[in-house]
Amino acid sequence: MESTSHAFKANVEKAMVDPGLQKALGMMKTGFQTRRLAAINKLPEFDRLRDQGRDIKNHVLENLDFYLERFERKVTEAGGHVHWCRTAEEARETILGLCRKVGAKTVTKGKSMIAEEIALNDFLEEKGIEPIETDLGEYIIQLRREPPSHIIAPAIHLNKSDVIDAFHKAHTHLDPDRPMDDPNTLLEEARNVLRPKFLAADVGITGANFMIAETGSTIIVTNEGNGDLTQILPKVHIVLASLEKLVPTFEDAATILRLLARSATGQEFSVYTTVSTGPRRPGDLDGPEEFHVVLLDNGRTNILGTEFQEMLRCIRCSACLNHCPVYSTVGGHAYGWVYPGPMGAVLTPTLIGIEEAGHLPNASTFCGRCESVCPMRIPLPKMMRHWREHEFERHLSPSAMRSGLALWAWFATRPRLYRLATGIAARLLGLFGRAHGRYGWLPLASGWTKGRDFPAPEGKTFMSQWAARRKAS
Amino acid sequence: MPAASPRVGLFVTCLVDLMRPSVGFAAVKLLENAGCRVEVPETQTCCGQPAFNSGDRKDARDVARGVIAAFQGFDYVVVPSGSCAGMIHEHYPALFANEPETLAKAQDLARRTHELVSFLVDVLGVGQVDAAYDGVATYHDSCSGLRELKVKAQPRRLLASVKGLGLKELPGAEICCGFGGTFCVKYPDISERMAADKADDVTATGADTLLAGDLGCLMNMAGKLQRQGSPVRVRHVAEVLAGMTDAPPIGEPKG
Ligand code: SF4
Repeated sequence: MESTSHAFKANVEKAMVDPGLQKALGMMKTGFQTRRLAAINKLPEFDRLRDQGRDIKNHVLENLDFYLERFERKVTEAGGHVHWCRTAEEARETILGLCRKVGAKTVTKGKSMIAEEIALNDFLEEKGIEPIETDLGEYIIQLRREPPSHIIAPAIHLNKSDVIDAFHKAHTHLDPDRPMDDPNTLLEEARNVLRPKFLAADVGITGANFMIAETGSTIIVTNEGNGDLTQILPKVHIVLASLEKLVPTFEDAATILRLLARSATGQEFSVYTTVSTGPRRPGDLDGPEEFHVVLLDNGRTNILGTEFQEMLRCIRCSACLNHCPVYSTVGGHAYGWVYPGPMGAVLTPTLIGIEEAGHLPNASTFCGRCESVCPMRIPLPKMMRHWREHEFERHLSPSAMRSGLALWAWFATRPRLYRLATGIAARLLGLFGRAHGRYGWLPLASGWTKGRDFPAPEGKTFMSQWAARRKAS
Repeated sequence: MPAASPRVGLFVTCLVDLMRPSVGFAAVKLLENAGCRVEVPETQTCCGQPAFNSGDRKDARDVARGVIAAFQGFDYVVVPSGSCAGMIHEHYPALFANEPETLAKAQDLARRTHELVSFLVDVLGVGQVDAAYDGVATYHDSCSGLRELKVKAQPRRLLASVKGLGLKELPGAEICCGFGGTFCVKYPDISERMAADKADDVTATGADTLLAGDLGCLMNMAGKLQRQGSPVRVRHVAEVLAGMTDAPPIGEPKG
């Protein structure tokens, strides 16, 4: 998808005055948080599991080539195929080739952030293949032709009325006066529309939450069961996954699964956990005739060995988004590309460049809440700071900020001059602000004073008062 | 166990020095009451966070070197701010990872550095204070103190011993107020909305006083509350714990 990350500020401005979005964000704010808390409170070993999860992924990242090769071998042994794709373009072309080989007209899709990352839907449409999203949220935003705003709840920015509108416009074969107020009715309607499409699809494309090296299996978790239908009914099942989804064993996947749903939705487990190993074997009742894994790198191996490597532990649970005060103020679209919130603030610049996505790691107060809830113990603020360092080193940060910092540092490393300057500033600000105790407007701080007063200083610095006191005693 | 009368270097912080010296004097009083000998090294300026969080490691290091030098030799270094204490405690060692000699000094300083209220409770074993305050307060947990230094129960514990003071928990007390240092300059609109959410939560408690342990957050929250016309009085927790509430609340005029 076309990035608007560079226009983050303009996106934010729009988002903050969008009443529908603000209403939806208000609704989501506490739901995820309270459910997660309740779930982990019931699991005393949660923090120990986090350590284990972190260690599992660290181990894989240190031995990635070994596990990738093993995974490929096992997939092949099970009758499937692994396609190594370095770039988004290679992945798109590979998928197109597989679709064309079976003359596919429609493909059903389970929810996949990697598909968003490589902008698969637009591409397939251009090539005359109709992609059909089968996750309800994805389906809704597909109808509205917009990107997801959240990595597990793609339509979280919408209200019920938006969904009703979208269905009215898309499902023209249905009675326009049908009652649609009940969410269950809407769900039923989506089911009815989607069911024949499941049956007609030639290819099913899903993501993967895990790839298991010991067996060549892939795992997806869903709450709607749409993933199962997507991968069982069509002739061809394509798993599209980025390489850091790898874990050594089933047992490892089970450990991380215990973290995933709790961190994401506060469920102990997602409703459906679906394992795929190769195509249908003789005697199997169902399953695809072909099983392909499209393994995407797209810049990830470039992160290995850098200060951003830990980001590859991410399991896309969304806890960091759900607890981020910036995300819950501006919503996901403001971030301008596929991955929003804290995880996006770190990941997006690695994928589309810091020049384009520079705002993202800057738009954080470093409150640290993301890191405190991340099940994989990813130090998100630290890595955002690393991005700021890259920007600073490459002179990408705004020049006003740079010269301001230089001036400040010049004083801060010269205590005597610093004393002099702060003494004057405190006096002046104190003098003019004294009558009211605060400023309603200040030059250079108009961003602050637009919506807030600025407290006036007391008048003399601590250091000067302390020195005077010492002299007197 | 700390020495009978430990020698404490007070790191006033640049904001307290410039904006609200009362907090510094309250810290001195609390420390002296707890038996410390307090000194205030003259060469201190700022902890370096503005540079560090802007990605400017070189200036951050230069400023940090000054702090390390200024606070050599003290038994403890105490800071009336979770954010600046966190900077020294968590990030100085990382800053000097490639300079072994300074690293050792940074680690040594990190070990000796504490946020004020947690120092009183956790290190000195202070269980109560001798202070009175007429009002009902609510307490905001500033992010760095809370998450980097685990400051949570300590201020509540000491506040509970202040005569006349009622305490009401703030819903969402652990959610950032939107200050974020340079964040409030770079993204003032987001910052302002976060402050507004915080102000709404504060108002909803019905408390007449808002306390916290970081002046940056306090100025941000006071500024928002006052713009809304709220009568809530905003103070640094040290002022109330020291019984030094003669100065007008943050952002209020004298008299
Ligand atoms: S960074 Fe952590 S909290 Fe955020 S989505 Fe990834 S695993 Fe979840």
